[in-house]
Amino acid sequence: MAYNQYILVCGGTACMSSKAEDIYCNLLDELDAAGVRQDVQVVKTGCFGFCEKGPIVKVLPDEAFYVEVKPEDAKELVAEHVVKGRAVDRLLYREADSKENAKIDDISFYQKQVRVVLRNCGFINPESIEEYIARDGYAALEQVLTEMSGDDVIAELEKSGLRGRGGAGFPTFKKWSFTKQVEGGQKYVVCNADEGDPGAYMDRSILEGDPHNVLEAMAIAGYTVGADSGYIYIRAEYPLAIRRLQKAIEDATEMGLLGDNILGTDFSFSVEIRLGAGAFVCGEETALLASIEGERGMPRPRPPFPAVKGLWDQPTVINNVETWANIPVIITKGGDWFAKIGNGASKGTKVFALTGKIRNSGLVEVPMGTPLRDIVYNVGGGIPDGKAFKAVQTGGPSGGVITADYIDVPIDFEHLQELGSIMGSGGMIVMDEDDCMLDVAKFYLEFTVEESCGKCAPCRVGGRKLHTILDKISKGQGKPEHLDQIAEIGLSMQRASLCGLGQTAPNPALSVIRYFRDEIEAHITEQQCPAGVCKDLVQYFILPDKCIGCTLCARRCPVNVISGERKQVHEIDQSGCIKCGECYEACKFGAVARR
Amino acid sequence: MKDIQCQINGIEVRVPEGTSIYHAAKEANVQIPALCYHPDLPAWAACGICVTKIEGSPKMMRACATTVQPGMKVITHDSELHQVRKTVIELILSTHPNSCLTCPRNQNCELQRLAAEFGIREIPYEMNVPTIEKDESTPSIVLDPEKCVKCGRCVNVCQHMQNVWALEFIGRGDDTQMKPAGDIALNETPCIKCGQCSAHCPVGAIYEKDDTREVIRALRNGTQTSVAQVAPAVRVSLGEAFGYEPGEISTGKLYAALRRLGFDTVFDTNFAADLTIMEEASEFVKRFAKGDGKLPMITTCCPSWVDYMEKYYPETIPNFSTAKSPQMMMGAMVKSYYAEQIGKRPDEIFHVSIMPCTSKKYEITRDEHMYSTGHKDVDVVITTRELARMIKSAGIKFSELEDEEADPALGIYSGAGTIFGATGGVMEAALRSAYNFITGDNMARVEFEPVRGLEGVKEAAVDIEGTEVRVAVAHQMGNASEVMNRIKAAEEAGEEPPWHFIEIMACRGGCIGGGGQPYGATDEVRKKRMAGLYSDDQQSVTRVSHENPQIQAIYKNFLGEPLGEKSHQYLHTHYTARKLYQR
Repeated sequence: MAYNQYILVCGGTACMSSKAEDIYCNLLDELDAAGVRQDVQVVKTGCFGFCEKGPIVKVLPDEAFYVEVKPEDAKELVAEHVVKGRAVDRLLYREADSKENAKIDDISFYQKQVRVVLRNCGFINPESIEEYIARDGYAALEQVLTEMSGDDVIAELEKSGLRGRGGAGFPTFKKWSFTKQVEGGQKYVVCNADEGDPGAYMDRSILEGDPHNVLEAMAIAGYTVGADSGYIYIRAEYPLAIRRLQKAIEDATEMGLLGDNILGTDFSFSVEIRLGAGAFVCGEETALLASIEGERGMPRPRPPFPAVKGLWDQPTVINNVETWANIPVIITKGGDWFAKIGNGASKGTKVFALTGKIRNSGLVEVPMGTPLRDIVYNVGGGIPDGKAFKAVQTGGPSGGVITADYIDVPIDFEHLQELGSIMGSGGMIVMDEDDCMLDVAKFYLEFTVEESCGKCAPCRVGGRKLHTILDKISKGQGKPEHLDQIAEIGLSMQRASLCGLGQTAPNPALSVIRYFRDEIEAHITEQQCPAGVCKDLVQYFILPDKCIGCTLCARRCPVNVISGERKQVHEIDQSGCIKCGECYEACKFGAVARR
Repeated sequence: MKDIQCQINGIEVRVPEGTSIYHAAKEANVQIPALCYHPDLPAWAACGICVTKIEGSPKMMRACATTVQPGMKVITHDSELHQVRKTVIELILSTHPNSCLTCPRNQNCELQRLAAEFGIREIPYEMNVPTIEKDESTPSIVLDPEKCVKCGRCVNVCQHMQNVWALEFIGRGDDTQMKPAGDIALNETPCIKCGQCSAHCPVGAIYEKDDTREVIRALRNGTQTSVAQVAPAVRVSLGEAFGYEPGEISTGKLYAALRRLGFDTVFDTNFAADLTIMEEASEFVKRFAKGDGKLPMITTCCPSWVDYMEKYYPETIPNFSTAKSPQMMMGAMVKSYYAEQIGKRPDEIFHVSIMPCTSKKYEITRDEHMYSTGHKDVDVVITTRELARMIKSAGIKFSELEDEEADPALGIYSGAGTIFGATGGVMEAALRSAYNFITGDNMARVEFEPVRGLEGVKEAAVDIEGTEVRVAVAHQMGNASEVMNRIKAAEEAGEEPPWHFIEIMACRGGCIGGGGQPYGATDEVRKKRMAGLYSDDQQSVTRVSHENPQIQAIYKNFLGEPLGEKSHQYLHTHYTARKLYQR
């Protein structure tokens, strides 16, 4: 049966929490009511990436891109767009500075993006194995099983130049070949879906939008290295991804694409899901394996590496979700094709969760080597409210900052490392002039201190001490020697921590000292927070020449410390001020100043 | 295993494949500092102090957890490594109470030693010591989590060496603690009081409950006759506290020191070990030769093992020998037989045991059978470590003491009694006598090597007049399950039990590796202590328990015969199934 139109409703977690499910159901009801249900297929897809504007509804082939849709809009969408063929103007997406409605292809958010990993996200119904297969799904597995040896697969991966997307960027083909080289015995394949960086949701979106892609890749690895069983370790906070994965496993098993004698060959491979309780450290591969084994999630010393001695001491290929999602397309299109995308030794694309002070926050996929400027200003649409760009934090709590001076740096493994940051799993948080870099470093340390497993002393104690020092500086109790102490502790953590969490935990602090030393020193020597964020160092006061006595600030003040008669200059009682900034935000005359 | 060649600080060394950098460095006479590593345990890799550099690697690698590779070039010490290690030690110190003067590990603390060696004069970071209450719920050991450095040794010992699982890692980050799960007291956990956690703790976070004060008070009062007994293993380890090599026998000085401390009478637990053999070997003969009682028979000298069995294997209670441990037999004899001899009532005697063991502190009150004389048969137990402290504080120059003899009534022992302190010793001693009880002759050669040594489970067979007696010996609690599971499997399959007689001891190496022994036990030390006991055996005039003249005397004058009425009153006990968790 052919449809005239396709309505794609974003079914990612963010849109679902904004009632995308209701939109989907209402659309079906309205189509029924209008008697056109048979002409239109409504698909609940994975994430479109443009989360800033969700929930999003696309209508194809008309290329209509509806944003911020509400369930009650379904009636109008069906009545107008479907029945009468007239687009619903008020819901169509417009670029920030444009009065024109944008067609999907013209949206600048998507223009610099290249969708390799996310190729199916937002196009197919992730709960339909048929739709996955219709877009070349499981073709790579078939090709591998029928035409390729394990060595062929590894050669193809080597050609592709694919490197791990979980953080360190280790060449994937090497990992696989280490496991393959171990003679015989039980081996395992593991998918690390314990995404934990604050603000990051690349892996979740891939699993929600295209779960079969990951399953197919794991089966390919199983065939390549000689493993018959795989585990997906995913945090329990991702219920939608878990549900879709579960269904995908069931469907693939039923169709003979997982399980015994896949596609009639001798190769058998099964996948099980293991739920994590949300500890950040379980994203570290040895801690993750310990957790699957039922042990407390704590890292183990490496070497031996999991590739040789992993799950239950058996050779184990463990890759991150995004790495897996690259595998099938590398097989079908070839390693050479993949290697053409990217920059230098960083091949392919990278998915980023772009958030912070940015117009178009969302999930973006760009070729490795894309200049930061393109990501921030073209894809991201720049900084809102006319504020100045200050820095970008990459690599989450393990990474560092990239400042405005380096806005043209190509984003790839090598360049980020040169700048003292890391690719990490792909968090990218944009900061503007209102952000205090000390506060940023403190935030990340608070996170790593909270998430340290407590096993090794440098991380357990060092992280806490770093946080204490930064906290003191933010309260105006900093001393010049504190900066040396940060360097000392940082070095010990980097060199003597057991796992990546501790080894990289001091990076945000070291990075802001490297690039924003003046700003940090201002906290220490002048007791000032230049960005006006650190509460203990900030004072709000009223400029007498600007205050007209409108009383708005006094009415907004939650602790009633602003006094003044109507049409008289007001005053803030500093002793009671909690520095919430309400008055500063409220004043329409610029009469409240912050210092 | 083949050897490999590598370089430590430019010095070529040859070590077996699989050797860690930590151990390879010793071949080059280099000691790498470490806090969490202990040779009894797999490298836990927590403290981060043993980091080293490997040529060609950008990372610092932990010496404890990294095995050397052919041609590897390792740098163990340079200024950067020193800086990193020093900072880590300072960080650890910033979370550790600065109370060395009143700490049980003062002058014997691995962290204190590191701080001294690195010349740390101040802690540059803000102190951040948690306030956590001590756990003094067991009679044996004290947990003081404030002092814990999170090395993980106690948890790994408890879970993996001992398979007890009383201790766990609780919380995470800097809230991590090593303690019972579920916020319960140690006494409510499956803890068997073996004290191996305390023997492995590098600092003063777990230590034996100190009972010396009570002993000193009783000795000072002088209202009671004070009687001491000394366990076999103490004589080959106490000397370590006074500069002797592990395994050097200091029995004579030990007796002398006890008299200097004020004990009126000094007896030797070795005598009671001979008594235990009389009862236990007779019991075995009854079960084995006469078919009266369940086989295999399992020894019960170790109170931690008894506690473990009552919690984990209560279905095997019928297999357990009903004979009390030597300590408790001695206690019963001191307050009955000996009291009668000197014309005193049991309550006029204060009886102190010197034991290598923290669990013995628990044993003396474990049930009503430990009060067979109508009073506590043993009043107080102190460990080897506690005795060493008492001797030092009394100003006794241990090495200068003239050797003395034990008081004869309950102080003469055979070589069979002394080897009780080593794994396999009870078995060997029992076989020496059981052979005689069945055949009427002594074995041509009393040594029985297959049950000696540090292998976790040892099996052997003895031919007694054409009948094969199969025996098994296990030590280190975690090894018991192998033996117990095989018994269970045979029983379920309706097969004959794999062995007739089994000895199990909770501590690695037996009592010489006990939780109350001087710190620093490693397999090397354990072997020396064991060798000490076997040499004590060899030098003994009597090598078999039943030929100990004082044993013959006690049966003639007091007990009657083994397994007789009086024996049952004083020397035997019963067992009770216990819940794993008391709450």
